[in-house]
Amino acid sequence: MASITVRVNGAPHTVDADPSTPLLHILSDDLGLRGPKFGCGLGQCGACAVIVNGRAVRSCVTPVSTIGAADVTTLEGLGTPERPHPIQQAFVDEQAAQCGFCLNGVIVTAKAYLDQNPRATDADVRQALAGVLCRCFTNVRMLHAIKRYREKHA
Amino acid sequence: MRRREFLQTSGALVVGFGAAALGRPVAAALGQGPFDTRNSGIDPRQLESWLKIGSDGAVTVYTGKCELGQGMQTAQAQLVAEELTVPVSRITIVQCDTQLTPDQGTTSGSQSTPTNFNERNLAQAAATAREALLTLASRRLGVPADRLAVADGVVRVKDAPAKTVTYGELVAGQQLRMTLSPTAKRKPMREWTVLGKPLPRVDMVAMATGTFEFVHNVKRPGMLHGAVVRPPAVGATLVGVDESSVRSMPGFVKVVVRKNFVGVVCEKPWQAIQSARALKATWTAGEALPPHDAFYDFMKKQPSRDVLVVNSRDIDRTLASAASVVKASYRYPYQMHGSMGSSCAVAEVKDGKATVWSPTQSAYPTRNGVAMVLGLKPEDVHVIFVRGAGCYGLNNADAVSYDAALMAQAVGRPVRVQLSRQDEMAWENYGFAYVIDQRAGVDAKGNIVAWDCESWSVSKGGRPGYNQPGNVVTGMLAGFPPATMTARDAVEPTGELRNGSNAVPSYVAGCVGATCGAAGTIRSERVLTHTIASPFFTGPLRSPSRIQNTFAHESFLDEIAAHVKADPVEYRLRHLSDARLREVVQAAAKAANWQPRPSPNTGAPRSGGNAAMAGRGMACVAYEGDNGYVAMVAEVAVDTSSGRITVKRLVVAQDCGPISNPDGLKNQVEGGALQGLSRTLGEEVTWDDRKVTSIDWRTYHSLPLGFDVPVIETVLVNREGVEATGAGETAITVVGAAVANAVFDATAVRLREVPFTPERVRAALTARSTNDQRAGA
Repeated sequence: MASITVRVNGAPHTVDADPSTPLLHILSDDLGLRGPKFGCGLGQCGACAVIVNGRAVRSCVTPVSTIGAADVTTLEGLGTPERPHPIQQAFVDEQAAQCGFCLNGVIVTAKAYLDQNPRATDADVRQALAGVLCRCFTNVRMLHAIKRYREKHA
Repeated sequence: MRRREFLQTSGALVVGFGAAALGRPVAAALGQGPFDTRNSGIDPRQLESWLKIGSDGAVTVYTGKCELGQGMQTAQAQLVAEELTVPVSRITIVQCDTQLTPDQGTTSGSQSTPTNFNERNLAQAAATAREALLTLASRRLGVPADRLAVADGVVRVKDAPAKTVTYGELVAGQQLRMTLSPTAKRKPMREWTVLGKPLPRVDMVAMATGTFEFVHNVKRPGMLHGAVVRPPAVGATLVGVDESSVRSMPGFVKVVVRKNFVGVVCEKPWQAIQSARALKATWTAGEALPPHDAFYDFMKKQPSRDVLVVNSRDIDRTLASAASVVKASYRYPYQMHGSMGSSCAVAEVKDGKATVWSPTQSAYPTRNGVAMVLGLKPEDVHVIFVRGAGCYGLNNADAVSYDAALMAQAVGRPVRVQLSRQDEMAWENYGFAYVIDQRAGVDAKGNIVAWDCESWSVSKGGRPGYNQPGNVVTGMLAGFPPATMTARDAVEPTGELRNGSNAVPSYVAGCVGATCGAAGTIRSERVLTHTIASPFFTGPLRSPSRIQNTFAHESFLDEIAAHVKADPVEYRLRHLSDARLREVVQAAAKAANWQPRPSPNTGAPRSGGNAAMAGRGMACVAYEGDNGYVAMVAEVAVDTSSGRITVKRLVVAQDCGPISNPDGLKNQVEGGALQGLSRTLGEEVTWDDRKVTSIDWRTYHSLPLGFDVPVIETVLVNREGVEATGAGETAITVVGAAVANAVFDATAVRLREVPFTPERVRAALTARSTNDQRAGA
């Protein structure tokens, strides 16, 4: 066990943890965040995605010790229920969810990708989401929501 | 149909308040209540069991049908808002809690809408309350009820609008004590202002901003984390565990063993995961599994439990005298629920009482299962539903609830358990594998005169119900036996047609005795089903048995149509008598701009190379015979060199009676269509000689978010004056056959085994072209 400090959504947090602990467990257990989720623990589904240095990272397979001084942004760091981020608002506008468990991975992955690639085509977006799952298969609405965000904001 | 019987309640509309002496019947011991409810400590016959109105006008609704991601919470809020005439914003919904809500069994089987939205249960409660409040208002305001109008929970005298009284004032902090009135009427659809509207999901903003609480987020003071250690092979039993292998691991608390159940409890989740991996446990070798690649043949040779669903007793004669006979055999694999999040629950056991925060579909049955596993009385277990990832049926929600309860009891502190992906996938109750053999006789005019269907499917365990925790993995490991198949010969069908599994094709008459209950015209009919013992746990997976049977029936109908060179839509209509099914077939064909001609499309390019061949296909079903009507047109392109199928467009027409929320329904149709596509194109449980090998998203092939998503067009047939039906399992049921029929239209190749992987498509194309060459030589 070691004392480890991670910056999450702009604020530093110090936790006592094994440095090999995947970042996800620090976020969801120690910090009690509800955005990033354990879907597979294998980096295969995207449910645990967070943004680190502008890129979507699979926090379930990322040891907390590798984060260093970088700021970790989670779904709740993007916006709040009162002031949702435009991409969150786009998902609300399209009613793009069923059970909602995958939503973190979908929104975080799409936002990080579009921020880096604002001129991405529909095919590019689909490619970027080739490793993200939604088992309710809300694909149509989610792709519409991402498109809506891209056209207005990216 | 049993679920539609109205079991008469006391019926007295006693409007009164307060004291129990006002004649509230004491709830009977566990027993059947009206409309698939049970009498728990919360009596489903009583209004206050369903809803309470505060003196501030706030309405609290208690429902045994929970939000699983299908939109049920929002729809139920709309229902109560409409019937009670209050704003949605004033309604709080309490779902599936064994100390607060009526026992409505399981949220499953496309039954939530039928049981809570027609004139029964929650809808009846809201309608009863509105009538009672109007009676009270009539007394209070001194005018007859027909001179009163209600809006937003305020009752007004129509011709003296200044004279008002609110619901809150009428109840004045007390509860309405009365039985549900069987005569209280729901508002007619044409008067709806909240129901029938595309109200946004009440949970949407919280989900999108990461503030929504899933069961995975439940925290209790002093909570520990558990991980399970499942057997390494099917049928393996525990020889022993070496606790010293993990005793010095960081955060280690305890190894929990109960017969063949093994779990490890630690302070932190990552510690529990690592300790479970490190624990040295010794197991027996388990049982040899039948080879995966010969499983369908294996199924046909096993002892079986047989049912004759229909039998006109003339099938052999009619087939023998038919102008021609068409035969085909279809195969459908075991598939899994594959929930997005592996299952999770939190449990606390203190002073002989347990509380479980569970993503279960079945709060009360899970309560009883937990009680049996822990050796407690059901009334000493409190199950609180907290949403998990979408389950689509019996995933590991019940099993993980037992896991958490067992570990919490052993350590005396709250324990949270989340399964690993492998434990989630290797020990689920899978959707049934099926083999379905079909034979049909056709007369000289090309009409079907006989349809004979014989199927084989698998069974082990299933929903635990109120007394069989061994029907899921944890209960079995803890020493409770799963329900097993007992072989039995078929007897002639009696009573009425039971087509809840869609074993009977839509196109036959479905006659049992003198009564005919299916959707079609063919009078010579036989449906014989065999169920064999499954090596793996099985259980309901979205459209259980219905999806497999419908794949076979709707593919076979197209095969017969092709045999007689008939247009597949016209041929369906020629053999369908059910008006609602005919209407959705016509609506889907019209929306898809279907041009009548037989399949395959001889106009399509036929030569090899990389040419993508295009085709269209139709499939339809009366779900469970009468619980939703759907027709789908699929348009596909088949890359003949890779064998890859791309679905370009899906047109779905659906009739589920009066629509509660058209946007929510559309969402269900779209999701069902694409989940059906994933199951059709890629999903299959695999195993080796000892264990399941499809254990993650590399080995179990789900379509990802970014696949080449087809355009989906939905035609919603909104129908007044009929009962509301289920809507979540209809669209998914017809995808397999619609795609297979479209692939046949494009390529003249018939796919009879799900999933249609590129390898299988390539092999079928190669076999076809080899046959063509032989024929041409």
